[in-house]
Amino acid sequence: MVGVRGGKTAAPFSYLGAVMLDPAPNTVPHPVPPAGKPPILEMRGISKSFGAVKALSDVSFAVQEGEIHALVGENGAGKSTLMKVLSGVYPHGSYEGSILFGGEERHFRDINDSEKLGIIIIHQELALIPLMSIAENIFLHNAPSKFGIIDRDERRRRTKALLEKVGLSEPPEMLITNIGVGKQQMVEIAKALSKDVRLLILDEPTASLNETDSAALLELLKEFRRRGITSIMISHKLNEITEIADRITVLRDGRTVGTMDCHAGPVDEDEIVRRMVDRDLDSRYPKRDPKIGDVVFEVENWSAYHPLHSDRQVVKNVSMKVRAGEIVGISGLMGAGRTEFAMSLFGRSWGRHITGTAKLHGRELDLSDVHKAIKAGLAYVTEDRKQLGLVLAEDIRKNISLAHLGGVSSRGVIDDIAEMKVAQEFRGRMRIRSHNVYQETGKLSGGNQQKVVLSKWLFTGPEVLILDEPTRGIDVGAKYEIYTIINELADAGKAVIVISSEMPELIGICDRIMVMHEGEFVGEVAGEQATQENIMRAIMRRKVREQ
Amino acid sequence: MSNPSNTTAAPQQQRGTGFWKENLREYGMLISLLAIVLIFAYLTNGVILRPLNLTNIILQNSYVVIMALGMLMIIVTGHIDLSVGSVAGFIGGFGAVLMVPYHINFAVAGMICLILGGIIGAAQGYFIAYLKIPSFIVTLAGMLVFRGLMITVLGSQAIGPFDASFQKLSSGFIPELISSEGSFYVTSFIIGILLAVFLVWQSFQTRVRHLSHGVETEPFALFIGKNVVVFGIIAYIAYLISSYRGMPNVLIIMGVLIAAYAFFTNRTVIGRQIYAVGGNAKAAELSGIKTQRLVFWTFVNMGVLAALAGLVVAARLNSATPKAGTGFELDVIAACFIGGASAYGGVGKVTGAVIGAFLMGVMNNGMSILGIGIDLQQVIKGLVLLGAVCVDVYNQRR
Repeated sequence: MVGVRGGKTAAPFSYLGAVMLDPAPNTVPHPVPPAGKPPILEMRGISKSFGAVKALSDVSFAVQEGEIHALVGENGAGKSTLMKVLSGVYPHGSYEGSILFGGEERHFRDINDSEKLGIIIIHQELALIPLMSIAENIFLHNAPSKFGIIDRDERRRRTKALLEKVGLSEPPEMLITNIGVGKQQMVEIAKALSKDVRLLILDEPTASLNETDSAALLELLKEFRRRGITSIMISHKLNEITEIADRITVLRDGRTVGTMDCHAGPVDEDEIVRRMVDRDLDSRYPKRDPKIGDVVFEVENWSAYHPLHSDRQVVKNVSMKVRAGEIVGISGLMGAGRTEFAMSLFGRSWGRHITGTAKLHGRELDLSDVHKAIKAGLAYVTEDRKQLGLVLAEDIRKNISLAHLGGVSSRGVIDDIAEMKVAQEFRGRMRIRSHNVYQETGKLSGGNQQKVVLSKWLFTGPEVLILDEPTRGIDVGAKYEIYTIINELADAGKAVIVISSEMPELIGICDRIMVMHEGEFVGEVAGEQATQENIMRAIMRRKVREQ
Repeated sequence: MSNPSNTTAAPQQQRGTGFWKENLREYGMLISLLAIVLIFAYLTNGVILRPLNLTNIILQNSYVVIMALGMLMIIVTGHIDLSVGSVAGFIGGFGAVLMVPYHINFAVAGMICLILGGIIGAAQGYFIAYLKIPSFIVTLAGMLVFRGLMITVLGSQAIGPFDASFQKLSSGFIPELISSEGSFYVTSFIIGILLAVFLVWQSFQTRVRHLSHGVETEPFALFIGKNVVVFGIIAYIAYLISSYRGMPNVLIIMGVLIAAYAFFTNRTVIGRQIYAVGGNAKAAELSGIKTQRLVFWTFVNMGVLAALAGLVVAARLNSATPKAGTGFELDVIAACFIGGASAYGGVGKVTGAVIGAFLMGVMNNGMSILGIGIDLQQVIKGLVLLGAVCVDVYNQRR
């Protein structure tokens, strides 16, 4: 339990008094980590690859006992991967480098090994079972029992004590599904506390919380710091980080950029942003001379609600215009509502209570189902090609013709020769590397799979192409080819919308970038003026205003 | 991509081995069926291949084959239908009531039965496709409901016999047009030979067409071998059948249905869409395919085929009994899986399901001739089903 650990980590408490006297601007007493003391956690030279993709290269990261250490970086910078290495999700041997915890080198085989030492990770997607009670969830694996029979009274008593620590007054019997997301997050933390926690890792804990719940959670983390529990917090919310963190480590492209000490002086949010996004954009994007025409595609007051939580409006009165030959990017953080916007537009394939109008060449479109959306001239390349884009067990040919079987058939009968020729044409044009068009798409590389998906949508002859994360999980060479294809489409006069979490990519290929945040467009940046900093700033500014 | 030889050289390398590997499942099925027939022919001293017995095998398994056509499509979409046996029994009983106590003409009664089967399929399909209730549960309920309704309709007794004209559906043979006497039915034999010639001619046509467009085809020797075997088998079966009483009517019905469904699943847009739904329903939906509607109609189709099977069974037994149709669903589902359909959906062929149905039928028949008890037969059939699926899964993993 926490109390027991508190005894062992008495050191930070001795600092409390001294810091209290210090009228620090942040008002929170920061127990400054004792100098010279070895860190509780040290990760040295960590490298981790997934196939050809290097997710982490030579990352070093150290956390002092009793501090709150923030880990920041763009989507895909390697934060979550680093934490998965630490918690044993990626076992020892699947990565390079070493992990020292409590001064000893550790070889975690799985998450149980790290949990035994008190390293508890709380993921962004909560791992609670909705139809079980709070008590059952907290003591899912280690319920107090007598002779193998769960001791309910003891469990109830302990749950109550834990809930008190995190400031919840709900009865332990209450089902998880009946409490809000903020309180669920607190239950997750209570669950962590039940496991003798020494190092608490929170992956974007406030991402889905409202202000009140976020504030409560940050207060709780400060309270933990007073009790000597060390925390690592991954977050995109820089205002929260500068408020709470003792030190900040920035990751970029799988490397450590540096660690900033918040006690050495005030930390500038802009400085963090600059470190997060800085990188060269030289020749990774093909050159293009845009020839932009009239407005082709127009969306007005588009709204959509969450399919399950019908009171949550995920897309809020969004309007946008795309001109012929123009590539418009949509930037934003994870959960900003970009994919939801695109999918609700594409035949209402996401969400409900969808309202708004969409016009093509000034004529209003009927987008009430996917079939109609395709007929109307829309194409949507999904962000998840394996789950939503391809029939992996089928060959290239059948995948390419799938969305436009009418184009290779007459009176409902497929002309297999015509179909094969279409597939061969796209295979050549897109440079899909395969033995032939009869190869299973499941056996192609990510880049070639993406080209098959693109071929499928080009075969439908769209006027408007929405590409959602078109280069996710693809190597640099294939990315360049995909960008070239996107450019060709725009040059052919199509309206192209690109959704991406990689800001350099948007800056590299888009003529205009819309910035989305919490379901709204909060900024618009012309292509030539776009920098990662001013996109980030548009998001952050909005965040600060919300506070 | 910068290496052009990559794209041109590869197909040739692939041609031989690639085709074998991809079509191994189908050839394997056919070879297994042949092997089992030969083994039983040896063990039974040729009894299994006697004209009378062969005709019986066809008649006995007609209902399994008919229902397997519908079940295959349901399994391909990733669902299952456990109610087909009960539905077949119920429709058989319902038809018997129409025809015997009410004296309704067999053709009219038959039509009403097929429509009722479609309605039953639509009802179950609605729950499955639109209300998203698992097909296992909906059709398990249907299995109980229609078994109960059948007993209600029949009043717990057998109803029969039927008019001779209705019995002909199952026990009739096509009329002999050429030779009026003798024990060899020339018309049936000619029809069989014509069918064999047609199949071989068609596969030649396809091959020529594919070659002229550079489509990958099987190696020539394999192609010839396959056609010789197919021709030989059909001609031999036609010969055997013709030396008993000619072609049973139900064989004609089956043949037409098999051809229609094979064409439908292989060549039509809707057939293709059914496979896509089974392979990846979400991707299919995002490609503009109306997945719910397709699933719904596969169940309607199953209902109609189950009704037809029910009528065939009733006509064959010349009475509708409360026991009819019991356990049919298991034979039908087993036929599909033995025939290479995947339990995960998206994979399976009509020809495979038909071969699977006959494989089971030949085993049943052969083991009965050998005097193997019904208990042991069940054990062996169960193991064959498990073995066939294991081989399939193993092939998939390679």
